[in-house]
Amino acid sequence: MSRLVVRPETEIQATANSLHFDLERRVTGAPPGLCPLDLASSYLKVYSSQTCGKCVPCRVGLKQLEKLIDDLIEGRGDMKTVDLIERTAETIYASADCAIGYEAANMVLKGLKGFREDYIAHATKGHCVAEGFQAVPCVHLCPAHVDVPGYIALINAGRYADAVRLIRKDNPFPSVCAMVCEHPCENKCRRNLIDDALNIRGLKLYAVKNSGHVPVYREGEHAAEATGKKIAIVGGGPSGISAAYYLGMMGHSVEIFEQRKKLGGMLRYGIPAYRLPREILDEEINTLLTSGDIKVHTEVSIGGDSYPLSKLRSEFDAVYIAIGAHTDKSLKIPGEDAEGVMSAVSLLRRIGDDNYPDFKGKKVVVVGGGNVAMDCARSSVRLGAERVIIAYRRRLEEMTALDEEIRAAEAEGCELFELVAPLKVEVGDDGKAKALWVQNQMISFIKDGRPTPKAASHEPVRLEADIIIVAIGQGIESYNLENVSMNPRRGTINILDSEQIPDMDGVFSGGDCVTGPATVISAIGAGKIAAANIDEYLGFNHPIHIPVDIPAPVPHNRPACGRVKLRERSVDERIKDFSLVEESMTAEEMIQETERCLRCDKFGFGTFRGGRENKW
Amino acid sequence: MVNIKINGTDLQVPENTTILEAARLNNINIPHLCYLKGLNEIGACRVCVAEIVGLDRLVASCNTIALEGMEIRTNSPKVRQARKINVELLLSQHSARCPECARSGNCELQRISNDLGILEFPYHEDIKGIEWNQDFPLIRNDKKCIKCMRCIQVCEKVQQMNVWDVAKSGSQTVVDCRGGKDITEINCTICGQCITHCPVGALTERDDTQKVRDALADPTKIVIASVAPAVRTSWGEQLGLTHEEATSERLVSALREVGFHYVFDTDFSADLTIMEEGSEFLKRLTDGELKEYPMFTSCCPGWVRFVKMEYPELVGNLSSAKSPQQMFGAIIKTWYAQILGVKAEDIYHVSFMPCTAKKYECDVECMNSSGARDVDAVLTVRELDRLIRSEGINVKDLAESGFDMPLGVASGAGHIFGTTGGVMEAALRTAYNLVTGKNPDPDAFKNVRGYKGWKEAEFEINGTKLRIAVAHGLGNIRKLCEAIKNKEVQYDFVECMACPTGCAGGGGQPIFEGEELGADRGRLLLALDKKSNLRFSHENPSIIQCYREFLGKPLGEKSHHLLHTDQVRWELWK
Repeated sequence: MSRLVVRPETEIQATANSLHFDLERRVTGAPPGLCPLDLASSYLKVYSSQTCGKCVPCRVGLKQLEKLIDDLIEGRGDMKTVDLIERTAETIYASADCAIGYEAANMVLKGLKGFREDYIAHATKGHCVAEGFQAVPCVHLCPAHVDVPGYIALINAGRYADAVRLIRKDNPFPSVCAMVCEHPCENKCRRNLIDDALNIRGLKLYAVKNSGHVPVYREGEHAAEATGKKIAIVGGGPSGISAAYYLGMMGHSVEIFEQRKKLGGMLRYGIPAYRLPREILDEEINTLLTSGDIKVHTEVSIGGDSYPLSKLRSEFDAVYIAIGAHTDKSLKIPGEDAEGVMSAVSLLRRIGDDNYPDFKGKKVVVVGGGNVAMDCARSSVRLGAERVIIAYRRRLEEMTALDEEIRAAEAEGCELFELVAPLKVEVGDDGKAKALWVQNQMISFIKDGRPTPKAASHEPVRLEADIIIVAIGQGIESYNLENVSMNPRRGTINILDSEQIPDMDGVFSGGDCVTGPATVISAIGAGKIAAANIDEYLGFNHPIHIPVDIPAPVPHNRPACGRVKLRERSVDERIKDFSLVEESMTAEEMIQETERCLRCDKFGFGTFRGGRENKW
Repeated sequence: MVNIKINGTDLQVPENTTILEAARLNNINIPHLCYLKGLNEIGACRVCVAEIVGLDRLVASCNTIALEGMEIRTNSPKVRQARKINVELLLSQHSARCPECARSGNCELQRISNDLGILEFPYHEDIKGIEWNQDFPLIRNDKKCIKCMRCIQVCEKVQQMNVWDVAKSGSQTVVDCRGGKDITEINCTICGQCITHCPVGALTERDDTQKVRDALADPTKIVIASVAPAVRTSWGEQLGLTHEEATSERLVSALREVGFHYVFDTDFSADLTIMEEGSEFLKRLTDGELKEYPMFTSCCPGWVRFVKMEYPELVGNLSSAKSPQQMFGAIIKTWYAQILGVKAEDIYHVSFMPCTAKKYECDVECMNSSGARDVDAVLTVRELDRLIRSEGINVKDLAESGFDMPLGVASGAGHIFGTTGGVMEAALRTAYNLVTGKNPDPDAFKNVRGYKGWKEAEFEINGTKLRIAVAHGLGNIRKLCEAIKNKEVQYDFVECMACPTGCAGGGGQPIFEGEELGADRGRLLLALDKKSNLRFSHENPSIIQCYREFLGKPLGEKSHHLLHTDQVRWELWK
């Protein structure tokens, strides 16, 4: 026997490791709407399998917790059981010897806090608050509830125009979303259980690229009979246009009031053209405006003395406020008013009106770690900047920008400076910015799920800069909208779940001005909700229904298969212009990717209930 | 057409045919439990699995479309194993106490597990149950439920009442009343369609046979049976009789064998209902009461419950005439008691019905007008068959015998009460006579026959145009009521039957897996009417005698007291 031996990985270990990866995917793909107690009980089973068996709270306590939760699941428990679960978990957390025990208990405690209502419902009624419905994950997680399996099947069948029409039933912006959607639909894709989520946005891009022009109505179709009702929409962004599109279909007369020169909101004034080409945006908007009687007024501001909201309300039967979140937050550091310091919003707005500044030879520092920061950095590269630095307070891992955006920025030559907090702007005698001084940070404790930075004992660092772009989030304008209920802390508009503004008859609101800066698709979803509820408020029930028959699934083996990734134009080519970076899939890739779809509309719970809503 | 191969045989089937239907078209049987054509094709039980050559995993044949070139195996080793194990898994959660189950011998789970040769049981038993109100006419035994979801689908898609729903989640998933409510608190019409579509014994009627047996054993009681129209079409189905053998006369003999002292025909009181309801209709029409809403028939208690719960504003437009069952009870316990020279309480009246809601109707407190309970017990056709079987009667060899008199005479108009449109047709025949003094051609109103969910017809009697509608199945009825309420349609007289095809397809009828027999049974009733030499209710000699000797005239004081009711006062549950 040697003193030390080499131990290669055994087959058993290899299998165990592979199963752990499977479990990880399984958890990633966990369907929405599960019973939280059932989850707690099954996780406890995993945790207690990890116990070493030495200390009492972990060895015995975790098993007991599982049994107690099972009592509640099976209707044998009451509020005393909930109390005992809580005290036992507290004790395990407080007294287990190692993290295997106390972290398991901690998860139970978190669940008890987060799912309190469900624990009480189980103890008093024997079941969860909500029960018995497992939604199709992609459809459920899309704020507009787009029929994803339906349009994927249509794309597979080569019926691209039908795919576009089906998407428009719930989301009027298939082209826009094909390029810029954050695709929450992919987060819980059941395909995760086999390999990886479908590239849903990529498939949508294939559909819109191959569908040709798809008019709102086919031969013989038209808007519902005119109702004689007039609706004002304040704000011509994705939310306002979505509401206008559906309200137009329903036969109402719609007027959009837009503050800027052109419609589009953040689609135009927030997203650079290399991600969303202007001609595609314009074409999509122009098509949508043909859904019915829709008039557009640009460069009109609602609110204040010139055009008070009350006046608008009196002139229309209902109002939808979707004014977005367009003000910028400032750094509040010395020198911020120097020439060359600008907000992300102002830069992107300028670009949106096709007024491109020249950054040739300039050194640019972008402050922030979100998608807007990446947009500014990548735009700066295209505007000719000599060097672009992205300065962020936390680490790369904490950046809120999509991974692909960060990777693209890096590929285009932007340097990422992690863990630096702006201290001051160094201003030259000419009043122009010379540099941004930053304080190095160290990553520290986790608060609300995010590691927080704190100042490191380190000398400040000078980042030479002619242009400093502040992209640390947008705020909401302090609107001059009398009587509109606002959340004073967040500065957002308060609404009921119908999107109606409390105590304001017939005034609805949605999108970024309600949620704070969020995604395009959530703004679109809000517009759809507004259309339905305004229609109902006006005493109608016009269903939105697009008759498209969906191909039945073809049975086939579903071998594990990688997810198709979209190609991008080469870096040295794309940084010279503002043309679209992404390229569409090939036909071959489209077929492979569409066939990865598990058709949750037709398999699993979807075939019983909730697989397809043909109208809303 | 597409070309496929099943178990080695080349076949051609129409496009868009499921594998299960493709097999069935070619006489290949694929066992299935949850499948209900057009209603429940959800692939839940996984008993109908089949193998497609080239695929690793099996498919549910009930919802997989057969495609060109598919080679399908319905009995490969993989299929056999999966089918057997899935049935065994179902059995692990099914209280398989078959000897004490109403569906024993007519249970899909039992049949399939027997067919598969399941003799040993390898799994842990895991049987839970939800408590149930055993007094309610509709009984659910959760321990037998196999979660096939058929009851949910029938109630939601056909009857559109949404009584049932899935409750809890994950492996705890069960079927229960929607929202966890009690069955007495939810809008259940007690139509019984969930019972007739349940593949096992999870849903049944409340069994009242012991009550009846106790009465038969009581020497102080005169026990009288009355037999509803649609019962005669179906009573022999599960006793192994052909329709030719299963005559009402043979049924009368069987009931005498069971021990009933008198056996009467509910079709007599159907004729009586026509006299009252027909007269009421003409009165309300001429009084101008039907300008806003039509008069509705009221003989279906499922429909009456529906209208009370869903359209209370229309209750006042129900005919005040009691149903034939309840009129019969009132007459037996008054006029017939007089004839026998006994007191009402000496008589025990058992009503045989194709219906579960009738069990509710006979318990409605304000219904009793004879001084005793007008109807003491209601048995469904399934209970009737159990009663006969338990006596060991060889029905096939029984000689036929006639109904007792005078309540055993009925017209063809009374017979057709048991099929959709029948009440309307019978009423119009008599209304025509009441208005003109002449009889119409008995088939003059045949336009209200047929199985379309919502039928319309117009007739002219003496220059007055009558606008008629007939609907069956609560989903169709809801559409009709909505249209009436929204003034999209206008009628004078409307017949509604809660069950699809009417009582012939009633929730108390015998159950045959995958078959809807209502239309066939309805045609038998129409044939009985056709060959009857008495086709008008008002010509029924017993009816004439009853009015002459006892009631006086339709809508008279005695009729008002005994034969009419106010549905507003009906409690939905005690």
